[in-house]
Amino acid sequence: MLLTHKTHSNFSQYGWSVATVLVSAAICFPFTDLIGYRTVSLILLMVVSILAMRFSIGPVSVAAILSALIWDFFFIPPHFTLTVGHAEDALMLLMYFIIALLNAILTNQMKVYDRIMRRREDKESTLRLYNTLFNSLSHELRTPIATILAASENLASDKHKWSDEDKSTMNQVVHTAAERLNRLVDNLLNVSRLESGHLVLKWDWCDVGELINTAALRLKPDLDNKSLDIKIPANWPLMRLDFVLMEQAIYNLLHNAATYTPPGTRIVVDGAYQNHQLTIRISDNGQGFKEEEDLLRIFEKFYRPAGSKAGGVGLGLSIVKGVIKAHHGTIEVRNKPEGGAEFILNIPTGQLLRPTVNH
Amino acid sequence: MPCILIIDDESAIRKLLEITLHANGYKTQSAANAQEGITMAAMHPPDLILLDLGLPDEDGQSVLIRLREWFRQPILILSVRSGEEDVVQALDHGANDYLIKPFRPGELLARIRSALRLAQSGDQDPVQEFGNLTVDVANRTLRKNNELVKLTSTEFALLSLFVRNEGKVLTHSFILREIWGPGYVTQTQYPRVFVGQLRKKMEDEPDQPRFILTESGVGYRFVGNT
Repeated sequence: MLLTHKTHSNFSQYGWSVATVLVSAAICFPFTDLIGYRTVSLILLMVVSILAMRFSIGPVSVAAILSALIWDFFFIPPHFTLTVGHAEDALMLLMYFIIALLNAILTNQMKVYDRIMRRREDKESTLRLYNTLFNSLSHELRTPIATILAASENLASDKHKWSDEDKSTMNQVVHTAAERLNRLVDNLLNVSRLESGHLVLKWDWCDVGELINTAALRLKPDLDNKSLDIKIPANWPLMRLDFVLMEQAIYNLLHNAATYTPPGTRIVVDGAYQNHQLTIRISDNGQGFKEEEDLLRIFEKFYRPAGSKAGGVGLGLSIVKGVIKAHHGTIEVRNKPEGGAEFILNIPTGQLLRPTVNH
Repeated sequence: MPCILIIDDESAIRKLLEITLHANGYKTQSAANAQEGITMAAMHPPDLILLDLGLPDEDGQSVLIRLREWFRQPILILSVRSGEEDVVQALDHGANDYLIKPFRPGELLARIRSALRLAQSGDQDPVQEFGNLTVDVANRTLRKNNELVKLTSTEFALLSLFVRNEGKVLTHSFILREIWGPGYVTQTQYPRVFVGQLRKKMEDEPDQPRFILTESGVGYRFVGNT
């Protein structure tokens, strides 16, 4: 598939090369007496150089040879023969030929070098990403595993007489660790699903209020001493979204807001829709993001602001971005002037369905 | 003492399920693959089957279809997260309910109880109470805090479908087929709209429903008594 595509594009490159040379020569021909046939060689040389910038070596060589022959045949006296009258012209033709070919070869080398450099850079950045990934992943996976192993071994050992309180603490610790592992695995699976390119959205009529409430219900146990206020009016029309993915995105945003804000924080979800666009705002009155860089990079995979508290590898928000992108929408983040962070989702809704129900 | 057949290839899960179920007064049988499970179900028909969808020797859906050719008792599906489509498919193939791994034992027991209750209950009492609600199926009325709530005929049909299947998850397409007919199974906006309206009329806090719960990507579940 890839191969046929490449041959095809090469074919069209040959076509374009030949055509460009022919057209340029045809344009120059009536003006030969005015500008002199030697200037024509410079013009043709320029055309070959321009071709060399875009096309690969084969088509450019063809252009070089073709233009040399055309120049010889149509422009160098005697006209309409390949014979060259003056020794000077013969030398020029030879030089023309060499310069045109050199042009093709040099530009090609530059392109190859460029490609190698780019590949090396890609490799280095992938390597960097992998290192970050492995460091944070192995830490994030091992910490809960270590907790579970230690606590369960303690519980099984009969050397100690654990008090009921100790036992319940250890049980709690095991439980929390397992939940943390579960969330991490969920996120990893979601990322790979979003990035596999095989993700097909299940567009369905959704009640946005119901969707956000479902996510909020899931968040309840992690809300602790923070409050969540959902201000989506009940009379919204239905919109076409992927319910499961959008619910996951909203959950991740709410979970983030609940995790990285101080106790007593108030989280507010509100929204609006107009001109075929749905806007959802999730804001808190916490401390917001400390660095300008955080605001720019927060949706990058594995990016975590410096000094983030333990737990999490920096996948949650990249999943949110992936889901919103899959819905052809955008997401922005900012620090509110009055303090706290605000995430703004914009999603094109297309058609809305306003239920008319009277039966 | 009801007997439950566990079909799951993970021995750790089987062991945990056995312990949990024994502690709650159930007998168990265990099978590690589809073939063993089907044979066991045929030789000693259990009261309920817990079926894992990811079995080594046969696709869970086809095991389900084979079991449903003759097995009438409840089948609960065990599935992994983001397998909503498998779950919906399994429910359409005759599974009674599902649990997403990892699940809490309390949740598992509640689902088993409600599935067994639904399977055993013959004719339901026409008047049933759920918290502050009283549903009278015979007279087609709903009372909330003893006051009559006006429902349209479709709303009541939906409510009584929920009540008949209390505790069980109902897929969008099942609801559509039952209430609107087989020609409407793609009109998923209908249940969304009507569930929204029912919630407004019967829930104390429609935004935080306690009776009609949304099962993300699957459907709805009516929980009568929490």
